[in-house]
Amino acid sequence: MERIRERVIQIYGNLVSLLQKCIFCILSVGPIPNHIAFIMDGNRRFAKKCKLMEGAGHKVGFSALMSMLKYCYEFGVRYVTVYAFSIENFKRSPEEVQSLMDLMLKKIEEILKKQSIVNRYGVRVIFSGNLKLLSEPVRLAAERAMLATAKNSKAVLSICVAYTSTNEIMHAVQESCEEKWDEITLLNSSGAGYGLISLGGYEQDEMDHLIKLTDIEKHMYMAAAPDPDIIIRTSGETRLSNFLLWQSANCYLYSPSVLWPEIGFRQFLWAILNFQQIHFYLDKLRKQS
Amino acid sequence: MFFISSFLHVSVHQVTVFKLLPLYFPSSFPISKIYFNLFFFFFSFSFFNFSKPLFSRLCLNRSMDFAKLKRMLCYWIHQIVNILLRLTWHLLHFTIHLFYFAINIANALESHLISKGLLRRYKSLHISKLQYLAIVIESEDCRTSNVIELLQWLADLGVKHVCLYDKEGILKKSKDFILEKFDGATLFQENDVLLDQPLMTLEFASFSDGKEAVAKAANVLFMKYLKSGSTSSYQGEQIFTESQMGEALKTVVGGNGPEPDLLLVYGPARCHLGFPAWRIRYTEIQHMGPLKSMKYGSLIKAIYKFTMVQQNYGK
Repeated sequence: MERIRERVIQIYGNLVSLLQKCIFCILSVGPIPNHIAFIMDGNRRFAKKCKLMEGAGHKVGFSALMSMLKYCYEFGVRYVTVYAFSIENFKRSPEEVQSLMDLMLKKIEEILKKQSIVNRYGVRVIFSGNLKLLSEPVRLAAERAMLATAKNSKAVLSICVAYTSTNEIMHAVQESCEEKWDEITLLNSSGAGYGLISLGGYEQDEMDHLIKLTDIEKHMYMAAAPDPDIIIRTSGETRLSNFLLWQSANCYLYSPSVLWPEIGFRQFLWAILNFQQIHFYLDKLRKQS
Repeated sequence: MFFISSFLHVSVHQVTVFKLLPLYFPSSFPISKIYFNLFFFFFSFSFFNFSKPLFSRLCLNRSMDFAKLKRMLCYWIHQIVNILLRLTWHLLHFTIHLFYFAINIANALESHLISKGLLRRYKSLHISKLQYLAIVIESEDCRTSNVIELLQWLADLGVKHVCLYDKEGILKKSKDFILEKFDGATLFQENDVLLDQPLMTLEFASFSDGKEAVAKAANVLFMKYLKSGSTSSYQGEQIFTESQMGEALKTVVGGNGPEPDLLLVYGPARCHLGFPAWRIRYTEIQHMGPLKSMKYGSLIKAIYKFTMVQQNYGK
């Protein structure tokens, strides 16, 4: 009896994945987004709604993340970014922060295993953010994961931890200043003799353009990925909460009202269909800028 | 036999035509796409009927390889499946268009009821919660008459501070015209504090107030860095803080401006079109549809939805 039930469930699972593959075939007629970003909001509300323990919402959220990644990579989306932990989240209670860090550590170890999604789809994992704010074990695990998956080239997963957009912009500005400073010091020491350190010979106009926009963009944490095409924020909230503010100028913002652990194929499908409807317009915007 | 073969022959051309179609047709209504496809199908079908004799001779040629025939069959089956997929895709998007059309009618009805004051929920708005409102308008849609009407509605609702943004800067160019025509507002001064003022303050922004302002602020900070006489290397240490960046932004042209609480997007898509990144950290972004079909009721509904939101700010 049990075997028959298992068999039925297996057949049902196969049918569902076959149907999903057919839908992906149909959708690939239209434009496929290159980069999708997710703001994983609503884990705590889900735990409260289902009367689970404190950290359980995040665990269910992680499995929702894995299924969303599977849909993205099967459909052919090359870059996926997820907002795992914001710098503002450090303000939460120390126990909650610690449990989130422990969960992150455990899951990093899991995704490095052989049969995980990372190896199945050839995903390169990047951790974007101010990693210095993380505790030592998490930071080392993150660096290990980045190193281990560095050779994968089929797809990219950017996990934003200790990340806020304003921090990213400020960090990029700082890096460009340091780079410019090194450049000037080098010029000065090689005797190019601009006297730049004393700022004597520079016109006001030139001073305003020492650091260019391209320098700043080069040093962003998210420089490895192109601008996102769709940003999906669950739980119906309509704000970006300091996520990819710089990169989302021509990006479709989608806010389904489901909570993150409840997100499924339906929401993904709807996001892609809406993206395909307005793709012509967004593409035109992108070409103009 | 030759009907089938000419039908299959047509499909080859259909594939190339389908690929080029999106370039020529805007995404607004795919019915035109379907009719165009059907027309092209019948045109190619009749054209290839002229090549019927040649083709039938080829097919009936007994010396044709069986493997070659199998290959051809696979190829034609592949083309048929391709056509079916494309037709299904177009049908799917057509259904979605119909769905949005119905949704728009329902929204129009609801906003009509709201503006008549028939829905109790929207009668009293806590407008004081909305300190600073930003409106993003698609540059091609920017008609000053619509903008002035919108500003009038906002003034009636009691909104005190508004920022008008459009990517190309068209609103900035017609700044004087708008301020002249709409006499209930003054220009937002750089160091204005958000106090209660009798007239509405208006700010005009464009794309150059976003990324380029950050580049200018970066130059300001770099000058400060050089002037502070840094001789030792600061590699790895944090030399700037976010508040310093904010201060530097305030000093550059276009970088100053408070953070909006609510951002209304009047355009074809829900996209903030490059509004200055530093200012929209926790801004609620709502899509209102195209500017030419703006409605008073939807404005009230958007502001009402905003007043119902609770933010944790990360905690």
